[in-house]
Amino acid sequence: MTDSSTIVIIGGGHNGLVCASYLAKAGKKVTVLEAAEQVGGAAATREFAPGFKASCAHLLYLLDEEISQELALEANGLSIAKSDLATIALAADGNHRTLTADGVEGVGLPAQDQAAYAEYRRFMSKFANIISGLHNSIPPRITQERGDLIQLGKLALKIRMLGQDDMREFLRIAGINIYDILKENFEDPLLQGALSLDAVLGAFSGPRSNNSVFTALHRMSGNNAGAAGAVSIPAGGMGAVTQALASAAAKAGAEIRISSPVRKILMDDMRVSGVELEDGEQIAAAAVVSNADPRTTIMDLLGARQVEASFARRINNIRAKGNAAKLHLALDGLPEFKGLSQAQLGERLLIAPSVEYVELAFNHCKYGEYSASPVAEITIPSIHDNSLAPEGKHVLSAIVQYAPRNLGAGWGEGKAAFTAIVMDLLAAYAPDIRDKTLSAELLTPEDLENEFRLQGGHWHHGEMSLDQFLMLRPVPKSAQYKTPVDGLYFCSAGCHPGGGIMGSAGKNAANALLGQ
Amino acid sequence: MQNHYENAVYPSPFHSRQKQHNQLKEWSRWADYLSVPAYWCESMEYFAGRNACGVFDITPMVKHRVTGPDALPYLNRLMTRDVRKIKPGRVGYSVWCNEQGRVIDDGTIFHLAEGDYRICSQEHQIDWFMTNALGFDVTVAEDTHDVAGLALQGPTSCAVLKDMGLKGIENLTPFGLTTFDFEGTELMVSRTGFTGDLGYELWIDPEHAERLWDRLFEAGELRGIMAMGSDALELLRIEAGFILAGVDFLPAMEAVRPTHTRSPFELGLGWLVSFDKGIFNGRQALLEEKEKGSRYNLVKLDIDGNKPASQSYVYTPNKKFAGTVTSAMWSPSAKASIALASLEAPLGKPGEEFEVEIYYQRELKWSRVMAPARVVKDVFWDPPRKRQTPPADF
Amino acid sequence: MTKKYDAIVIGAGHNGLTNGAYLAKAGLSTLMVEKNDYIGGATVSRELYKKDWKYSNCSYVCSLLRPEVYRSLNLAKYGLQVVPYGGSVTIAQNGDYIGHFVDPDVSRREVARHSLRDADATVRYDRDIMRQCRFIRQFLLRTPPDPTSFKPRDLLEMLHLGKEAMKLGEDLIYDTMRFYTMSIADFLEEYFENPLVRASHSGSGIIGSALGVMSPGTAYVLLHHAMGDVDGSMGAWGFARGGMGAISKAMHDCFTDHGGDTVAGSGVDRIIVKNGRAVGVALENGDEHYSDVVVSNMTLPRTFLECMDSRDLDDGFLKKVKNFKIRGSSGKLNIALDGAPNFTALEGHSELIRGDMHLIDSTERLERAYDDWKNGIWSQDPYIDMLIPSMTDPTMTPPGKHFMSVFVQYVPPKVNGKDWTDEQVQQFGQTVINQIEEYAPGFKDLILHMEVRTPRELESEVGLTEGNIFQGELTMDQLMFNRPIPGFAQYRGPVKGLYLCGSSNHPGGGVMAAPGANAAREILGDLRKTNTVPEGWLDD
Repeated sequence: MTDSSTIVIIGGGHNGLVCASYLAKAGKKVTVLEAAEQVGGAAATREFAPGFKASCAHLLYLLDEEISQELALEANGLSIAKSDLATIALAADGNHRTLTADGVEGVGLPAQDQAAYAEYRRFMSKFANIISGLHNSIPPRITQERGDLIQLGKLALKIRMLGQDDMREFLRIAGINIYDILKENFEDPLLQGALSLDAVLGAFSGPRSNNSVFTALHRMSGNNAGAAGAVSIPAGGMGAVTQALASAAAKAGAEIRISSPVRKILMDDMRVSGVELEDGEQIAAAAVVSNADPRTTIMDLLGARQVEASFARRINNIRAKGNAAKLHLALDGLPEFKGLSQAQLGERLLIAPSVEYVELAFNHCKYGEYSASPVAEITIPSIHDNSLAPEGKHVLSAIVQYAPRNLGAGWGEGKAAFTAIVMDLLAAYAPDIRDKTLSAELLTPEDLENEFRLQGGHWHHGEMSLDQFLMLRPVPKSAQYKTPVDGLYFCSAGCHPGGGIMGSAGKNAANALLGQ
Repeated sequence: MQNHYENAVYPSPFHSRQKQHNQLKEWSRWADYLSVPAYWCESMEYFAGRNACGVFDITPMVKHRVTGPDALPYLNRLMTRDVRKIKPGRVGYSVWCNEQGRVIDDGTIFHLAEGDYRICSQEHQIDWFMTNALGFDVTVAEDTHDVAGLALQGPTSCAVLKDMGLKGIENLTPFGLTTFDFEGTELMVSRTGFTGDLGYELWIDPEHAERLWDRLFEAGELRGIMAMGSDALELLRIEAGFILAGVDFLPAMEAVRPTHTRSPFELGLGWLVSFDKGIFNGRQALLEEKEKGSRYNLVKLDIDGNKPASQSYVYTPNKKFAGTVTSAMWSPSAKASIALASLEAPLGKPGEEFEVEIYYQRELKWSRVMAPARVVKDVFWDPPRKRQTPPADF
Repeated sequence: MTKKYDAIVIGAGHNGLTNGAYLAKAGLSTLMVEKNDYIGGATVSRELYKKDWKYSNCSYVCSLLRPEVYRSLNLAKYGLQVVPYGGSVTIAQNGDYIGHFVDPDVSRREVARHSLRDADATVRYDRDIMRQCRFIRQFLLRTPPDPTSFKPRDLLEMLHLGKEAMKLGEDLIYDTMRFYTMSIADFLEEYFENPLVRASHSGSGIIGSALGVMSPGTAYVLLHHAMGDVDGSMGAWGFARGGMGAISKAMHDCFTDHGGDTVAGSGVDRIIVKNGRAVGVALENGDEHYSDVVVSNMTLPRTFLECMDSRDLDDGFLKKVKNFKIRGSSGKLNIALDGAPNFTALEGHSELIRGDMHLIDSTERLERAYDDWKNGIWSQDPYIDMLIPSMTDPTMTPPGKHFMSVFVQYVPPKVNGKDWTDEQVQQFGQTVINQIEEYAPGFKDLILHMEVRTPRELESEVGLTEGNIFQGELTMDQLMFNRPIPGFAQYRGPVKGLYLCGSSNHPGGGVMAAPGANAAREILGDLRKTNTVPEGWLDD
């Protein structure tokens, strides 16, 4: 048993590390317990084939600027290999669309759409800004308490400050689906497809599902210096971010223990007293902050019997049906994508030829099937970062949807079949992809669940949608990071403001614990 | 599978015998079953319960079986009461609450054996009970239809059971339970009831239900045994100060208006809330209520005059609204107009005076009276024989 | 020179009639213009087969009709009778079914037959739905506030809304927020374990909607079907004796009784605008009628895109009208039967055949029906909501014969992006009767006459744009202050003197008569006349 003034953080994912840093900086004694052999969780860089490395989360788009400054991530070794990646909507015929913050280009793109794109970016960025303003604050509860009323009032004021027209538009579209909004604004199928994919990546929803405007806004709500929705690739993969966070935490005085999987959270007289590791070691703690997803935290680590039944039921009902698979290819050289220059290969490539295509891909997962024609977000990070692959070789990293966690037929046999479908999909755009592939790894949501202990295999520890947002995330009355159990806190992406490598949940949780 | 719709309610396992006794030929519904409001005379049946003994069919009570290694921790998280204190062979009364600390229902916990409990409730609870099972190694099942129950209540009840051959029944203490062999099957007897008098409840498999009834009536013939309907029981329970779901409080699971529900404190059942046993449903809310104070007090009112104060408003002596009556009757045993009333806290301290607005009718003419009333501490009927072990024969 | 009216109402559907009746009651000389030679629009009973055979051609049941309107227009005096019908049943493909019976104990036992736990959970479910109904009902007969406005009226109404929400208490507010943003499939999963029990509750979440049961936002649509009542029994549905036309007939009689004039048989060619204000209507037959108040009961797109000159409207407004979501998703078969059909699952259960019958057995199957619609065709395995009003209402058919109303979800406004052909309409009809035949062998042989309504017919007959039965979808972007479009939720058009009273406006469709009543209150306010429109009754 160690000193009982320690704060134990379960899980060294990015939010756990951020939380550790802030707590340690505030003078707390902090121990981070990571189950794996390295920190980072789903944001660690790992070798998937000899000499080839990739990270599950592969693009940085939400990392909070305030947090990276406060934790001096740059000084702690984080550098960006490539920022402001353009998005290229791939067309089978090679006639692609290139989307940047400044505009959209492509042969045959209607002029109407270029203007509409600028307007779309304008209002979506403005609305996303409302969400980003909420990132680094503890969500209010809806009560008559002064503090809550002030926070709610501020939010209402922010919405009013949009101006009459934009406020009306915000109130109109915030709750509906991206399909309708794209159809209102654009004609070009490729452009619609690409924009719709941003609204459904990592989600159990298709473009026609309501809430998808919200998910699109959430994705654009990063506080980083770039334009709304800007994406970048860190040098060394996403693991570089978590390594920098670990370094910051260590410098602040936090102890980080790897290979220390927590078996259970210990209680003493209705209060958290510490944790027990898989090997039986017990670590006493004044408080425990869990970076594990809320359901794992309560149902597995704590035990439902330690909380009231209604709370257990709410936690058990968190919607977290993972849908995204991750593909890693070790490549013998750069593949050739039809119509793409070498330089363009380094951008963010999307396979989502139309919004209808994306919706059809989604249909399958409603019934426990994987998409017959999936959608994909592809990067070749080794173009920007030669540390990821041996000289002259490359790594292709792709998020592939839809691949439901609960595949009707089971992933045992499904995995090979789905991998073949995905390879066919890639080959339709890059005919030589099979020849170039030395080794392939497909991580299904089931793999993610097992490897990162994410119930439901959901990237964001819980569906990002309006019914699980702000004061409703992860569940009402525990959205303030403090659980009903004395001394137990949540800090994972399952809490406000949710998934993406952001760090805000970790920071907010630290503040909640520190009583700020 | 498809003719279930023909009957809205099941006949009880005692139905054939109830039918024989039911001179008034009136039936009512109670939960899943047909029940008898009165067999021949409400008043006579009432006095059987206070003077000799009455038999009341309690089969319709919703029954649950909770078994498994986690049965005790499961129940302790579910109930407000410390279930650890209910030892095997004992029965305990308890309420259970939702997370807002409002009463979902009340009922009795029968500790049959280590890790084996029966819970009787007024309302169907299986959804909530199963929700509560999440994370416990426990099996929860409703077995209402597998158990027939009879209440035998009144001063001669012990003697009747002795005469029926239940050896040693006189040694059973209040809230104790024991089993006997009854013609080859197990008969469970608990010294419990809903009348506030000496009495027992008998539990048996439905196959033997009619035999049990017959044997009871044979044994009780000379001791004034009588079938008793729900109307008589209603009078007995109000005199005993027992509350009824849907009458004295709104079950929280049905409450469209959540503020209309009541906490255990607001029902005068604070003694059932055990804060020092660990986590239980409603604990946080009830702790807060204890600090901030409750909204209501459920009190017993002794009302001047002879007019039952059903559905009445209660006022303070200076005519300010104080609350409403939830149950009321003329008590034939206390010879008083009595009532249970929910008053706005902090009103309702013992001895406090109120006025009850009673509307009554005499030969179709309606009149109104403001009857003085006072809060009393003790229940209206509480005879020593209720607690006496062994009980006398009458 | 024709007479100048105080008000002209375009479209004698139930909302137009309600609106007109309140205006006439307030003493305004009011003209009702109707394109068809019959009144009622989609609230109509028609004799399309033979004399004495009535079809409730479009809408077919009644629950949402505001009792405040019923009473204040004295519809009973004008002959309206609403009779509740008994229960409902959901029939599964495997021959089993789940009935909802009039007697609550029988109903409970029926659910318990499928799942004891679900029987108990039904109490919690009904309670939670009722809580939502209670909250929403108070806003039905109120004009929504404009949240972007600083006018005292809007600020006060926003404050009122906020106060009412706060009254719910913290826990219920969270429940409400989740309820409005969840899918009906997810919502039901939080209550029930049995697929058939879930299926039996899910249909109401997608009736008339362009969403699937798995789409967030469908829980609200369910509420829209649960918040009505018959004689205070919330969620109950009934028949108007004589078909739905009895409602519009009573309303029209009330309108006429208060001095209203009606011109039927010629549609509005355009709304006449002069110097930026509406001054009258020009009919297709060339007649013109004048008034300083023109009230449109037509759908939003029909009013502004078909009956107005785009030069009288600004581009931003027109764009919003064009973006109004009004996709049709429903079809209807009206069938005259030679006798009662015999549903295998309901053998001998006369009670259930008198109620609302649904053919579905899981939310998944219902979702697949939606996938077809998304792909541009009618559901090949459709969700069917059938009623035989003649089982209850002796006025509908000769004795022993029956009229069957078959509502079908999902049916697209266009097939694969192209207009419906007559052949496709017939094919669609066959899809539906084949489906029914599966459950009721011999059904086809009973058919004497059949009318098939796809969104094409709904639009051409009664002017419902794209055949959307609610005059606009019921999604978050088109509810309350967003309905029909933000900034125009207070029943006034962008042109002075032009008002909107159709279901395109708050609180939407379903033969509620609330938009018509609310619009009348606004008009009378603008004209500084005494208000004749009731506020909602208080629910305590």
